[in-house]
Amino acid sequence: MKSLDELDKLRQKLQQDMQVRDNDHEVRVTVSMGTCGIAAGAREIVQAMLEELKEQGLNNVALTQTSCVGLCQHEPLLEVARGGEKTTYINVDREKAREIVRKHLVQGQVIKDWTNPEK
Amino acid sequence: MEMYRSHVLVCAGAGCISSACKSVQTALMEHIDKHGLGKEVKVVETGCMGPCDLGPVVMIFPDGVFYRKLKPEDAAEIVSEHLLKGKVVQRLLHQPVGQTEKVTSFDQLDFFKRQTRIALRNTGVINPESVEEYIARDGYRALGQALSQMTPQQVVDTIKESGLRGRGGAGFPTGLKWEFTARATGSPKYVVCNADEGDPGAFMDRSILEGDPHSVLEAMAICGYAIGAAKGYIYVRAEYPLAVERLETAIAKAREYGLLGTNIFGTGFDFDVEIRVGAGAFVCGEETALLASIEGQRGEPRPKPPFPAQAGLWGKPTVINNVETWANVPPIILKGAQWFASIGTEKSKGTKVFALAGKVNNTGLVEVPMGTTLREIIFDIGGGIPGGKKFKAVQTGGPSGGCIPAEYLDTPVDYESLSKLGTIMGSGGMIIVDEDTCMVDLAKFFLEFVQEESCGKCAPCRIGTKRMLEILERITTGRGREGDIELLEELSQVIKSSALCGLGQTAPNPVLSTLRYFRSEYESHIRDKKCPAGACRSMLAYYINPEACKGCGLCSKLCPTEAITGEKKQPHVIDPDKCIKCGTCFEKCKFNAITTVN
Ligand SMILES: Cc1cc2nc3c(=O)[nH]c(=O)nc-3n(C[C@H](O)[C@H](O)[C@H](O)COP(=O)(O)O)c2cc1C
Ligand code: SF4
Ligand code: SF4
Ligand code: SF4
Ligand code: FES
Repeated sequence: MKSLDELDKLRQKLQQDMQVRDNDHEVRVTVSMGTCGIAAGAREIVQAMLEELKEQGLNNVALTQTSCVGLCQHEPLLEVARGGEKTTYINVDREKAREIVRKHLVQGQVIKDWTNPEK
Repeated sequence: MEMYRSHVLVCAGAGCISSACKSVQTALMEHIDKHGLGKEVKVVETGCMGPCDLGPVVMIFPDGVFYRKLKPEDAAEIVSEHLLKGKVVQRLLHQPVGQTEKVTSFDQLDFFKRQTRIALRNTGVINPESVEEYIARDGYRALGQALSQMTPQQVVDTIKESGLRGRGGAGFPTGLKWEFTARATGSPKYVVCNADEGDPGAFMDRSILEGDPHSVLEAMAICGYAIGAAKGYIYVRAEYPLAVERLETAIAKAREYGLLGTNIFGTGFDFDVEIRVGAGAFVCGEETALLASIEGQRGEPRPKPPFPAQAGLWGKPTVINNVETWANVPPIILKGAQWFASIGTEKSKGTKVFALAGKVNNTGLVEVPMGTTLREIIFDIGGGIPGGKKFKAVQTGGPSGGCIPAEYLDTPVDYESLSKLGTIMGSGGMIIVDEDTCMVDLAKFFLEFVQEESCGKCAPCRIGTKRMLEILERITTGRGREGDIELLEELSQVIKSSALCGLGQTAPNPVLSTLRYFRSEYESHIRDKKCPAGACRSMLAYYINPEACKGCGLCSKLCPTEAITGEKKQPHVIDPDKCIKCGTCFEKCKFNAITTVN
């Protein structure tokens, strides 16, 4: 270790991997992964999300899963929760998932067209 | 490093290892692979999470779900339900005693909720074999900051102002100790970590070494900078092989990253650490004995002064601190003296780790701010006394300490208030006893321990504790005499004032403190030949309840002295004169017909 700067840079890189274990995430993305969700491709959504989060270098996002929320016809779906505000995206696919990371999580823009019409 | 959506933390502390956490971990990994989740879910081995009696335990992040008492067979369900579908597996959740609801997340558990973790900040949270995880949690940042932004004097001042006191027993101010050593003349100087941990019932040091070894290395290097030392030794007992192994790994990794060795952080500061494995004798935890043992001599204490700060290892100025003391140092440097001093009581700053053992529902490790009451620790965090029994006393400070009875449960725990009650903080062992424990017997247990561990160098300790033990044995077997209590008190005073080292000087404490609070128990043993707790076997009489006895004859076959007689299918009887109170009949009767009477 040549300097404190070097340590700080290394630490920031390593923290991305560890932030899953923090309990105070600013943003929580929840993917519905009941049997219906998985059948509709929720697993791929998670993969795509993970890849994009890494590419964008986003810290402080918790990616979790929940079981069927009862909107089976709209699966795969995922919810973004930031502060008290929640957005549910429906019929998500790999590309949409990546776009949600870029638009919603990075720029803070909700993509209204893909959200749950009933909420 | 890869990003994962979920981390599965498997406790690999000593408690969970003994309850076979490895096979649970293997099973989890197999099922994760089977479902192709290897890229999304990472399995991490950690040090002790604390609630050891619930082991093997697992925590799943980011949800923070806590599963306990796992078997390898449970792995399939955790993976297919929780990790795949996000459904919490209800049956594997913990349901605290006396509560109707199960708790889903670890931060809902009273056990975790009421803790403030400083020394244990990483234990149970990171993989102790990964320096990267330690760095991600701000590891080695305090060292970097100290070396590049602070003078050695500023480091000493920060520790002084924080109010940190030694966690190994006596509670001496850590910053002062560093200052004395920094100012002492003589070189080279040394830094030593006392990881001998001989107190029965205490295992916080082991947990830190096994769960977060880098925190100790980092702190020792910070001290090395502050006092002008380039070399540190960690003295670990041989009974802690896993701690030794993880320390070795940690030292190697730290050297690899240039965090130990030469020119650390490019500042020209050199520091390295070596491990010394001790034979595991209680007296080797005493600082002068420990230093002698590192030098390769017999681990026997020598008189103080001179203190190690003046003349320690090889006669050179030496700082020796306890593991938990060390673990507090990096956060103090990072967050500042004021932050640390704002936690705790006026004279006892920060937190203390306690090892709860004995008759308490949640045994394990807890870290709480100084000043937390005994009641909060034993009842709120520890979950109270099992089996509906009554709390009787808590022994703090191990063999050097004493017991505290129920009427003082609301005492805030800090160095001063414990010593007012005639006991000490010690290393933080808390042995909780219920109404079934005989206090004379408890005192005898600790005295037996120190008697065996006495190095024999000085007569008061070698012979005096032996005499005390003989008296206690006499009392607990119903042969106590008038005057025994006074004799115990006299011996205690003499030994306390004339023994050479802390072992002998504190050996009578458990006797004195039980006498202080439970004198009447001693008296009834001596005068009435009765043990009020019904624990001293030789004072009990065995008795067969004629209504419950089926006359099966098993007891009379097993009785070694033929004390039991009776016709087949008729109630049997015990001849008290022949009975030697071995307890065999009591244990073996299938109809619970045999009872003891006081
Ligand atoms: C008989 C005896 C046994 C001791 N055992 C230990 C021990 O196992 N671990 C420990 O840290 N300190 C032990 N101590 C206290 C040490 O002598 C010393 O005070 C301590 O290591 C100083 O570190 P601290 O200021 O960080 O507490 C023992 C003391 C005595 C008298
Ligand atoms: S007090 Fe006991 S342990 Fe200490 S030096 Fe004397 S004999 Fe040895
Ligand atoms: S073993 Fe129990 S039931 Fe059988 S004879 Fe003895 S006391 Fe009676
Ligand atoms: S306690 Fe032992 S000696 Fe006494 S009656 Fe029972 S078996 Fe016999
Ligand atoms: S060893 Fe696993 S909780 Fe203590």
